Amino acid sequence: MHLHKYEKIWLLFGIGSLIVFLVVIGVGAFYKGTHPQSHMMTIDPENIEANEAFQPDNLGLTKVDDKQYIVNVAASAFNYDLGKNDDGSLVKKLSIPKGSTVLFQVTSKDVVHGFSLAGTNVNMMVEPGYISSYETILEEPGEYTLLCNEYCGTGHHLMGAIVEVTE
Amino acid sequence: MAGLPKKTDESSTQKKNPELKGTFISVMLLGVFIIVSWAGVYALFMSR
Amino acid sequence: MLSETLQLTKANKKLSLAFIAVAFISLLIGGLMGLLQTLVRSGTLTLPWGIDYYQILTVHGVILGLVLTTYFIIGFQYALMGKTVGMTVKERKIAWLGFWVMLVGTIMTATTILLGKANVLYTFYAPLKAHPVFYIGLALVIIGSWFACFVNFHQLYRWKKAHKGVKSPLLAFMVVANMILWLIATLGVAATVLVQFIPWSLGYAETINVLVSRTLFWYFGHPLVYFWLLPAYMAWYAIIPKIIGGKIFSDSLARLAFVLFIMFSIPVGFHHQLTEPGIDPTWKFIQVVLTFMVIIPSLLTAFSLFATFEITGRKKGFGGLFGWFKHLPWKDVRFFAPMIGMLAFIPAGTGGIINASHQLNAVVHNTIWVTGHFHLTVATTVILTFFGISYWLIPVLTGRKLTAKINRLGIIQTIIWTVGMFFMSGSMHIAGLLGAPRRSAYSTYSGTEQASDWIGYQIGQAIGGTILFIGILLMVYIFLNLTFFAPKGTEEFPIAEEEKDAEPTPKFLENWKLWIGLTVVLILFAYTIPFMDIIQHSPPGSPPFDWPIGNS
Repeated sequence: MHLHKYEKIWLLFGIGSLIVFLVVIGVGAFYKGTHPQSHMMTIDPENIEANEAFQPDNLGLTKVDDKQYIVNVAASAFNYDLGKNDDGSLVKKLSIPKGSTVLFQVTSKDVVHGFSLAGTNVNMMVEPGYISSYETILEEPGEYTLLCNEYCGTGHHLMGAIVEVTE
Repeated sequence: MAGLPKKTDESSTQKKNPELKGTFISVMLLGVFIIVSWAGVYALFMSR
Repeated sequence: MLSETLQLTKANKKLSLAFIAVAFISLLIGGLMGLLQTLVRSGTLTLPWGIDYYQILTVHGVILGLVLTTYFIIGFQYALMGKTVGMTVKERKIAWLGFWVMLVGTIMTATTILLGKANVLYTFYAPLKAHPVFYIGLALVIIGSWFACFVNFHQLYRWKKAHKGVKSPLLAFMVVANMILWLIATLGVAATVLVQFIPWSLGYAETINVLVSRTLFWYFGHPLVYFWLLPAYMAWYAIIPKIIGGKIFSDSLARLAFVLFIMFSIPVGFHHQLTEPGIDPTWKFIQVVLTFMVIIPSLLTAFSLFATFEITGRKKGFGGLFGWFKHLPWKDVRFFAPMIGMLAFIPAGTGGIINASHQLNAVVHNTIWVTGHFHLTVATTVILTFFGISYWLIPVLTGRKLTAKINRLGIIQTIIWTVGMFFMSGSMHIAGLLGAPRRSAYSTYSGTEQASDWIGYQIGQAIGGTILFIGILLMVYIFLNLTFFAPKGTEEFPIAEEEKDAEPTPKFLENWKLWIGLTVVLILFAYTIPFMDIIQHSPPGSPPFDWPIGNS
């Protein structure tokens, strides 16, 4: 099979670029630990309280340390359970100071859901039987839309909440 | 005597290596487009 | 060395036309659903009669993604095979049987969707449960398409037996390559539908393993997009050169590209599951690397196509760096439509590389960027090439002529499509980078500023969607004209030839056993360990959920 001189250069350049891309993301993933969300922990979707993180009292925002937070979420059609406010109403908005390290832990009680904090790299599939988990640092103050981005039924577009990153 | 084979040689190199400068520039532009777009989203990922 | 072509018999023409007619009916129905979706999402339309957004979204995805594509491809491929290696009466009978099996399946599935019993979208992710007939219909569509696989395999086998030692016609080689890809890929979706979904939806199995079903689906889901793309590549490599008055750039490189597609388009499904729990990230990365391998045949293709254009142009005496480009037959819609498709593949393919880039996927996963991406790939690159094929194939099948008037309308259609897609796909890409979700009805997300920013782009999508729907109406008119009203005559079936003194194609490229063997090895390598992992570390299975889709 004969290859034209220019075609050889093009293929070297093209394949070379692909290798560079792979090295960049490979180093990021394996050396810096920026793999996409791949949590391996399983859970019984009909008994998520068996896992401490998803007991009713532990849902929503928990401060662990200075600028260290955990957000535990129980997803179900068509709601993210973020726990209850002091007055007993459902939490629909979280406030986190900027520069905080936040660990999101999410699981589903029924069907497959998405968990996306728009404008950040928090973007996970949430599947019954598994815990999805991603840690990030929220640097930019502002109001972020937390929403379900995997179709979960006819009320899918109503499933969301707000995360406010404060100064 | 030397002229004839040389001529065949030339025409066969031409066959094997047709003029493809425009093609080369086109695909390289395509390559640059890919790299710039990829780097753009990579930068977005890093900044978030 | 030059392949002689055969005449398509009247009966063969009827067969191909039946498939293609289903494709165009699907285009109209599916396209209308697409228009309605963009209008709903722009916040300007509420669907009447209690029709649900997700119902029309399911119709759109199933009818365009699965029905239109599969029918057009099979019809086109039968025409290519009939023209290059012929079709026997027996083969044709089996082909018709396949057509009817597929059609019965399509109607069964469509009925459940129209009755609102299957609002599960075309990916039908468990544990959302549609009516069992939805899954049975899908299974029939797949099984019916296997008839086409075996007919195509037999056609080439029969020809090879009669032409010992002769290289198979390039187009027949390509068709068989695409059907091998399809057969291997559909085994995954057939397995999940037959073994998991149907018993579970009928109540014979109490629970379903969600991650296994998703993994089997995406084992099929990525080669599916190459099954759409390869017929377009057939036209680019082996038909367009004839239309522009040139020759095939390299028979060997064309075959090599197709062989690489068989091998590398299957063991890559994890790049659709990058943000899922329960899959080891190392195996995700391994499949990302394999995904990058499948980019190489497209790099080869880009060069081959530009080279075909340049060599042809230079032979005609158009000098300069880009004289050949300027003098391409832009006014011939048989060239123009596929050419725009090829150009669209530049941003489309680039987007694909980004999507597959492991952690970068988190930026775009399930955002409407992805929708924008595959509206460039399948809904521009592939469909404009299919339209380009239709302009000559339908007249060939109906014994009519492509008139100058329809040619001009076709050019206008292509421009409308390009403009519409620029707005729609462009807005989708931008909104996606801002985080706007895909497959979601109109929502203000309790009034966040981000969500209100997205609405501007959703209006852009509606403008694009409206323009595209005008393009669909025009295309359906063109289809009707070419089928029923265009003047009788003979239209050319353009099949490009090699240069008289082209290099011989190496024999190993036709060693199917080798390529299938390597494909199986790659699939086993990419899937065995992670799949066993998934099964061994399975959580409790999921019971069916029908109430979330309004089906209880």
